[in-house]
Amino acid sequence: MTSQDQQAAVGSRAWLTSDQPVSRFHARCVQAYLAWRRLSQNWLAMVGLGIVLALILMAIFAPLLAPYSPFEQSLETRLLPPFSPGHWLGTDEFGRDLWTRILYGARITLMIVALVAVTAPLFGLIIGTAAGYFGGAVDVVLMRLTDIFLAFPRLILALALVAALGPGIENAILAIALTAWPPYARVARAETITVRNSDYISAIKLQGARPPRIILGHIMPMCMSSVIIRVTLDMAGIILTAAGLGFLGLGAQPPMPEWGLMISSGRKFLFDQWWVATVPGLAIFIVSLGFNLLGDGLRDVLDPRSASK
Amino acid sequence: MSDAQGARRRISAAGSGLRQARATRLLFGVSRTLISLAITFLGLLLITFIIGRVVPIDPVLSIVGERASQAQIDQVREQLGLNEPLMTQFGYYIWDVLHGDFGRSLMTSQPVIDDIARFFPATLELATLATIVGVLFGVPGGVLAAVHQGRWPDQAIRVFGLFGYSMPVFWLGLMGLLIFYGELGWVGGPGRLDATYELMYEYDVPTVTGAVLIDSALAGAWDIFRNALSHVILPSLVLGYFSLAYISRMTRSFMLEQLSQEYVTTARVKGAPEWRVIWVHALGNVLIPLITVIALSYASLLEGSVLTETVFAWPGLGLYITNALFSADMNAVLGGTVVVGLVFISLNLLSDLLYRVVDPRAR
Amino acid sequence: MSAPLLEVEDLHVRFLTPTRVVEAVRGVSFTLGRERLGIVGESGSGKTITGRSVLRLVRPPGEVSAKRMRFDGIDLLSLSEREMREIRGSRISMVMQDPKFSLNPVMRVGKQLTEAMRVHGGGSRSAMRKRAMAMLEAVQIRDPERVMRAYPHELSGGMGQRVMIAMMLVPDPDLLIADEPTSALDVTVQLEVLRIMDNLVRSRGMGLIFISHDLELVATFCDRVLVMYAGRIVEEIEANRLSEAKHPYTQGLIDCLPKIADRRERLPTLQRDARWRDSSLAELTGGT
Repeated sequence: MTSQDQQAAVGSRAWLTSDQPVSRFHARCVQAYLAWRRLSQNWLAMVGLGIVLALILMAIFAPLLAPYSPFEQSLETRLLPPFSPGHWLGTDEFGRDLWTRILYGARITLMIVALVAVTAPLFGLIIGTAAGYFGGAVDVVLMRLTDIFLAFPRLILALALVAALGPGIENAILAIALTAWPPYARVARAETITVRNSDYISAIKLQGARPPRIILGHIMPMCMSSVIIRVTLDMAGIILTAAGLGFLGLGAQPPMPEWGLMISSGRKFLFDQWWVATVPGLAIFIVSLGFNLLGDGLRDVLDPRSASK
Repeated sequence: MSDAQGARRRISAAGSGLRQARATRLLFGVSRTLISLAITFLGLLLITFIIGRVVPIDPVLSIVGERASQAQIDQVREQLGLNEPLMTQFGYYIWDVLHGDFGRSLMTSQPVIDDIARFFPATLELATLATIVGVLFGVPGGVLAAVHQGRWPDQAIRVFGLFGYSMPVFWLGLMGLLIFYGELGWVGGPGRLDATYELMYEYDVPTVTGAVLIDSALAGAWDIFRNALSHVILPSLVLGYFSLAYISRMTRSFMLEQLSQEYVTTARVKGAPEWRVIWVHALGNVLIPLITVIALSYASLLEGSVLTETVFAWPGLGLYITNALFSADMNAVLGGTVVVGLVFISLNLLSDLLYRVVDPRAR
Repeated sequence: MSAPLLEVEDLHVRFLTPTRVVEAVRGVSFTLGRERLGIVGESGSGKTITGRSVLRLVRPPGEVSAKRMRFDGIDLLSLSEREMREIRGSRISMVMQDPKFSLNPVMRVGKQLTEAMRVHGGGSRSAMRKRAMAMLEAVQIRDPERVMRAYPHELSGGMGQRVMIAMMLVPDPDLLIADEPTSALDVTVQLEVLRIMDNLVRSRGMGLIFISHDLELVATFCDRVLVMYAGRIVEEIEANRLSEAKHPYTQGLIDCLPKIADRRERLPTLQRDARWRDSSLAELTGGT
């Protein structure tokens, strides 16, 4: 490395760790960099991050990585065990390569997670900040509503909903999202209450800002870190619930390679061709574990008060 | 009356006044919780009612069939009260539910409430055993993790618990069946009893609680008991693992909080042995919030029963609901949902109350 | 003065955190007979940790080291944890600041009292109960029956602290360390609790280490005073000769206190000098 490169490297490092930021963007970068430094020291969180990144990459590049089509049946090669030539994870009862189906299943998992992770917290944020900011009757009504939804058994309600609306992955996502938002409302409300009486909020009120602007522009950003932590930790639960619905045949429908559904169809062959049910379960396990590890690590970094250490 | 006696009288009078105030506070807390319970239950009923009405299958057609005449359809509509305004229908629905009338099941042709009474004990049996496993292993695990915070026992216990948060319960159940039943033959397979014992159980063992273990033990039918034990042990351990994961994590967290309190130092200053400091002093304070955790864990086990019972063919409410789903038996689905929902809600809300009852500071 | 009850020489306490080493106590030495010794300092001066080190209550990541730490001839540093436990409570005791936190909230007071006896082989239940009640009466609690059955949160602050004192004195120790025993109490109750402690310590011929931030209180209550700053003892002086204090820190502290015959319009604030951290008294006063 030439001395010029070294200089440049030192320059960017210095910029990222400076304690006198020159702009808001700079300050945000510094914060992010410091948080990243702390997070990267936690090797378990790094493992989690690696898993999540792998999931995303697998989902995006599935068509490139997959040696076969996930739907094409091939009855001569059915129920091949793992490490068979050409099928390192084996095949299912229709001769479909399991590795391919896992790859494409990653897309489904990612889609479910992404959709729920965007809709549920958003909805919860809106309700929570409104309740926290306006207080009084609005607060009571909204919180009662939240409590009611919070006390419901998530899986059972999702079940009943899907039963009514009909099985299908869109309905499963809707059902999960409808039962996933309450914790975010609670978190958002707690943060809002902490923040709403601060001086800077009073300052913008004096400047004539109306409630929507105050909430959207100033209060919601404060809730973001709590919400992000919650979302990451929740992802595992969402994946497991979606897999559960798939297992019961209420989520994705065959021949979609949804992991829960794959376990269900592998059940018939559990004792002799154990891999058909085991492999998708391992995938679910590893991905959930990844999100949990990452979420734990993020919480230790972003919210040390409730850190587990 | 001497000064001291007078003082003592005033103190005890104040004491009883204080006790009265405390009792009133407790009463307030109880009634507030019950009102919450009622409102939440109403909300649940509203949702199940809406789901019931949103179902694409016209309830009338499912009764009279597709070739009924218009007159017949109208008559049945009248009977089912479907011509009334929605609010009135909801009112009828609430009335029915409060009387335990969930309609008749399509699958069993029995009143849904009877089916529920028949199947619920099995679910409770499993949930109870799993919770016992969870507490028995989870609490000491959490304590040990807290005491050795940062060192390898802590990491190991935490990772072990973390696995429990990441595994699909139905998958672990399948793996358990594969290994311990299929390969090793150490435990009984799906179902509560072997087929042969099933018949004996039907005829020879009177139903007291509905739980096979208890009833067969009460009847002295030890061969049935042993067989039931071999069947229940795997699902209990599998479910227990999930209970354990949650309980140990919370125990650890509570324990860490308590170990940094001053009274722990006091106990050490007194010269108490370390085991006493941890297991009597600190744990004594941990048990109070832990009750809430245990209640919540029980509730989530009930919820997860739909999945576990499918895997183990366990004849409980979860299996009933899933089967009802596939038979499009909405009465059974909704009835089961309401019952499980009610127990779930109750456990959630009452666990809060339980805390206040057990904590001497709140009494 | 009798043979020293406690000898501490060159006590160092370090806390090893992942980022740095915090030296809480840096070379503290003192001796104590059957007298009352006060240790005065502000937050962070190391006074509380000094007290806890004597009882070897400092846990990792804290590290305690000293040239010598002897209690009644016993080398405290060389004792095993088990042997140390036998000394704790029965020969050396500690009263802590706030009974709201230092008493176990879910255990009845009576049980906590008898525990102090039980861990040192108390005897029969009824004998222990009698001793506990007698001790409660000794700390002037008028209704010992009720207090025995009560939970700590049912007691007032002053009562709770008296229970704490009773609990710590019931095994009849030789040395009592009182760590801010009255700081959490109302002013009106403070003197009463102090008086009770004073009587008991005197009548039993105990040694007392009184740790506080309140210089005036310590001066009226103790025989000798140690002033600590930034982990070191900067002055050692007899309580009745406080006005003759030589160290600028001590002088500053005394100066800050309002006096009834005060003619000053403003109370001075303490002006810190960076040299106080490490220089000796001789260096600061230019030798005497």
